[in-house]
Amino acid sequence: MKDEVTREERVAGLKGMGCSRKRVEDARFTQGKGNYVDDVKLPGMLHGDFVRSPYAHARIKSINIDAAMALPGVTAVLTAKDLEPLSLHWMPTLAGDKQMVLADGKVLFQGQEVAFVVASDRYVAADAVELVEVEYEELEVLVDPFKSLESDVVLREDLVAEDGSIPPGAHGPRKHPNHIFKWEAGEEEATNQVIDNAEVVATEEMYYHRTHPCPLETCGSVASMDKVNGKLTLWGTFQAPHVVRTVASLLSGIEEHNIRVISPDIGGGFGNKVGVYPGYVCSIVASIVTGVPVKWVEDRMENLMSTAFARDYWMKGKISATKEGKITGLHCHVTADHGAFDACADPTKFPAGFMNICTGSYDIPTAYLGVDGVYTNKAPGGVSYRCSFRVTEAVYFIERMIEVLAIELDMDPAELRSINFIKKDQFPYTAALGWEYDSGDYQTAWDKALEAVDYKGLRAEQAQRVADFKAGKTRKVMGIGLSFFTEIVGAGPVKNCDILGMGMFDSCEIRIHPTGSAVARLGTISQGQGHATTFAQILATEIGLSADSITIEEGDTDTAPYGLGTYGSRSTPVAGAATAMAGRKIRAKAQMIAAYLLEVHDDDVEFDVDRFVVKGAPERFKTMKEIAYAAYNQAIPGLEPGLEAVSYYDPPNMTYPFGAYVCVMDIDVDTGVPEIRRFYALDDCGTRINPMVIEGQIHGGLTEALAVALGQEIAYDDMGNVKTGTLMDFFLPTAWEVPNYETDYTVTPSPHHPIGAKGVGESPHVGGVPCFSNAVQDAFRPFGNRHTNMPHDHWRIWQTANNLGLHD
Amino acid sequence: MIPAAFEYYRPTDMAGVIALLQEHGDDARVIAGGHSLIPMMKLRMADVPHLIDLQAIDGLSGITVSDGAVRIGAMTTQHDIIASAELAAAAPIMQEAALQIADPQVRYMGTVGGNVANGDPGNDMPGLMQCLDAQFHLTGPDGDRTVEARDFYEAAYMTDREDEEVLVAVTFAAPSGGYAYEKQKRKIGDYATAAAAVQITKDGGTVASASIAMTNLSDTPVWSEATADALVGTDCGDAAVKAAIAAMLGDIDPTEDNRGPVAFKRHAAGIVLGRAIARAWSRA
Repeated sequence: MKDEVTREERVAGLKGMGCSRKRVEDARFTQGKGNYVDDVKLPGMLHGDFVRSPYAHARIKSINIDAAMALPGVTAVLTAKDLEPLSLHWMPTLAGDKQMVLADGKVLFQGQEVAFVVASDRYVAADAVELVEVEYEELEVLVDPFKSLESDVVLREDLVAEDGSIPPGAHGPRKHPNHIFKWEAGEEEATNQVIDNAEVVATEEMYYHRTHPCPLETCGSVASMDKVNGKLTLWGTFQAPHVVRTVASLLSGIEEHNIRVISPDIGGGFGNKVGVYPGYVCSIVASIVTGVPVKWVEDRMENLMSTAFARDYWMKGKISATKEGKITGLHCHVTADHGAFDACADPTKFPAGFMNICTGSYDIPTAYLGVDGVYTNKAPGGVSYRCSFRVTEAVYFIERMIEVLAIELDMDPAELRSINFIKKDQFPYTAALGWEYDSGDYQTAWDKALEAVDYKGLRAEQAQRVADFKAGKTRKVMGIGLSFFTEIVGAGPVKNCDILGMGMFDSCEIRIHPTGSAVARLGTISQGQGHATTFAQILATEIGLSADSITIEEGDTDTAPYGLGTYGSRSTPVAGAATAMAGRKIRAKAQMIAAYLLEVHDDDVEFDVDRFVVKGAPERFKTMKEIAYAAYNQAIPGLEPGLEAVSYYDPPNMTYPFGAYVCVMDIDVDTGVPEIRRFYALDDCGTRINPMVIEGQIHGGLTEALAVALGQEIAYDDMGNVKTGTLMDFFLPTAWEVPNYETDYTVTPSPHHPIGAKGVGESPHVGGVPCFSNAVQDAFRPFGNRHTNMPHDHWRIWQTANNLGLHD
Repeated sequence: MIPAAFEYYRPTDMAGVIALLQEHGDDARVIAGGHSLIPMMKLRMADVPHLIDLQAIDGLSGITVSDGAVRIGAMTTQHDIIASAELAAAAPIMQEAALQIADPQVRYMGTVGGNVANGDPGNDMPGLMQCLDAQFHLTGPDGDRTVEARDFYEAAYMTDREDEEVLVAVTFAAPSGGYAYEKQKRKIGDYATAAAAVQITKDGGTVASASIAMTNLSDTPVWSEATADALVGTDCGDAAVKAAIAAMLGDIDPTEDNRGPVAFKRHAAGIVLGRAIARAWSRA
């Protein structure tokens, strides 16, 4: 048989790795045909809604539900005392703490769940919420973690022994009733010695403000308990559906095989949908109690006020160097405000996430990190908002410390970075705080970025601008924001990464159908990342069937293999690796089938794009489609029928994507309004699966970085009232506020990942926040600015200019 | 974000509207575009047991310009303002301001009548109407009456309109000279951190007349006669603008919110006004 199709055409036909295949998800999303939790409508379904606390700290004296129960259409009003017999009035958190499901005697933050109303429809439920009478006795509010650690006010009486002593927490001894943990990495004494004897030392304090992921879809769930067969089906906004199933089983006592968890389409997660929320638990209990399905979907204000926040780190840094700029030591202390319950979503052994990646992209021989977690009267959470665990905080910290050190040294910050980069030949590189960086080529990326933006030209322009400003010719200053970041993603090796005891492996199961198409199921769940597009591309390249013939399914625990879900840029590093490995198992069996069909030895055939060919005789081949058919219709000696594979992948290491970003900004010193003139982003995520999807990820992550750097915050007043409860005050950028982004790349494959990929979804956020912030700070550096805290909204920028005397 | 239960009415004539307002008093509100009222109802900050929709009443929308007189029906949308070539010619400041209100989706629904009648200090049209020395036309059980825009606003959400009255139109004389609507906001869709509406006429090289109003810098719009007086008769140079800004700062009373502290708002107000005066003067 003559092959009339060229090899190039066969490669293109696969739509495998490296091509900008169009996203298969978009047909339904762009037509409004997605299927989200709130689209789940079941016969007889009831609706739940919360009575929430108006106070940040108060004792509950009484709850009267009579008027609410009297409202037609109200089925139940659950309070903590209804959940207590089931031991569900509290629930464990991912961080080893416990959290009230419904207020048990007191409330600890504004918006806390007090009672759960179940009614025939959403409108009746909302009316009934108004009718529940709760009598509160206000208590002293603690919103400042430093004051909390000195206060006599005990926030969590449940964590103090009867004799007044303070039992240790999940992460060791606690020094105060409002103290959660102290977590340390590195050598403090050695670091202090280096810093004390250094030629140059820069110190800085910075507050990384509290903010919140803002997915377009808020959190919600639908629980349906079938009392006849004892099965619970739970639809929800879950970034980790299998973990939810395990937790639901442990909490409810329902055997795990009787629980089916389904994550349907998810309208963005960004960490907001990793945790387990009281609404999920209440919908389950309500369905068990009522025997009918119960839906709970929060509104935007509830989402901003009560589900997982991000950041809220008070960071204190010391960095030392030689006069020539070689960094010798780094000391970092963090006071971490965790709110009322420690519900941080981190691997169990890492209560401050991977904050110990804070030595960044630099060869820093000696370092120390200490983190104190503190309770306050704020909402619990502490999720990784579009980043791996606390990596955004770490990168912001080091990228600010570098800038401050550059000021101390009177040196160009780009040059200071170059002097201190981990060199290409140092990889794999073990950092002072313990991580082993798998690969990198930082200088090449940095040089490429600086050249692309004509960095020298920009500095010359900036110098002229400063002169013009001082001469009264302009009221705009110019900032050049730099950042070079290294992420640590793809959690992670089971030996040190788990969530609630579940090792952070991931999985893929492939079934090849007789006609040469396939379905692959994974333990992850897309929230917009485009897994159905990109995982099919990995498989297409691995098994030689077109991506268009491969269906990717995720999110149904009855069908998908166990996995730890999607967050922390772990899908490609972990599940993507599992996918490649499962594909290779398919290919190995296909090789044996091909050899049988071609009547040669297994070793005499080799894989070529979409087929196995006889070595040295390329006209003799069997396509993967032919092989798939043979797997089901031939009795092949020594081989089972069928063509399926499953792989559970325990990554040997994390992956370390990196990038070089430059932002050019003009700032009106009189109004505080910044204009982003240019944003250049070079990303190295290793092997690139789909360049178009990567670019989309980068645009999205940069936009969320812009949001956080320039205005997005969850702010509280002294009484613990949330001041930023709606999208009027919580900054969510639109096309109007977003600049044009220029993207670029280098490729440094991960040496331990089967296809060399590293993950990319979060890089732009991690690198973007310090880049935008550094641009603002750099604009004021010539006028004496050293550091100002984010968010850089108009009035704070104006304040910076004002403090520097630029309005005089 | 679910409102309390309410009765919805859609009368087809104004008599029907007035009858409903008389029957229900302050339990009733009319709804035009709904882009202020509905969010307040959903937040349960506005309790409106009886909601009267004006959409089915003829004659409430439309822009007419004749003999230098402009009339804009209450149900005219911000989008209509932007799209009207006739209005852009007669009073270009209207278009310049409307383009800075909210976002296109809101502007397709939000109306001039709702914007001026709601009494929200964040709304842009009230200050603009004071700058243009507009008249508001109300109808009620006792017939029609006209109120000067400059006399209409009493406090935040408190106006001269009686509960049983409906604002049906605004009118003003087409302005002459230069104009500018300058607004600083945090993002698209936001209310002003500070905004200034300026109309200036020129005679030779000096300011013949000026009218200036500020938005979201007090609990009502601030039409500042002193600011205008500081400009009239001057060459609109730096000293005059400085004096105008000083006069304006004497009339505003901003409060701290998430847009910033009072000192920042006062500074921004001065900057915004200075820019508006410069632009208006350049067009005069």
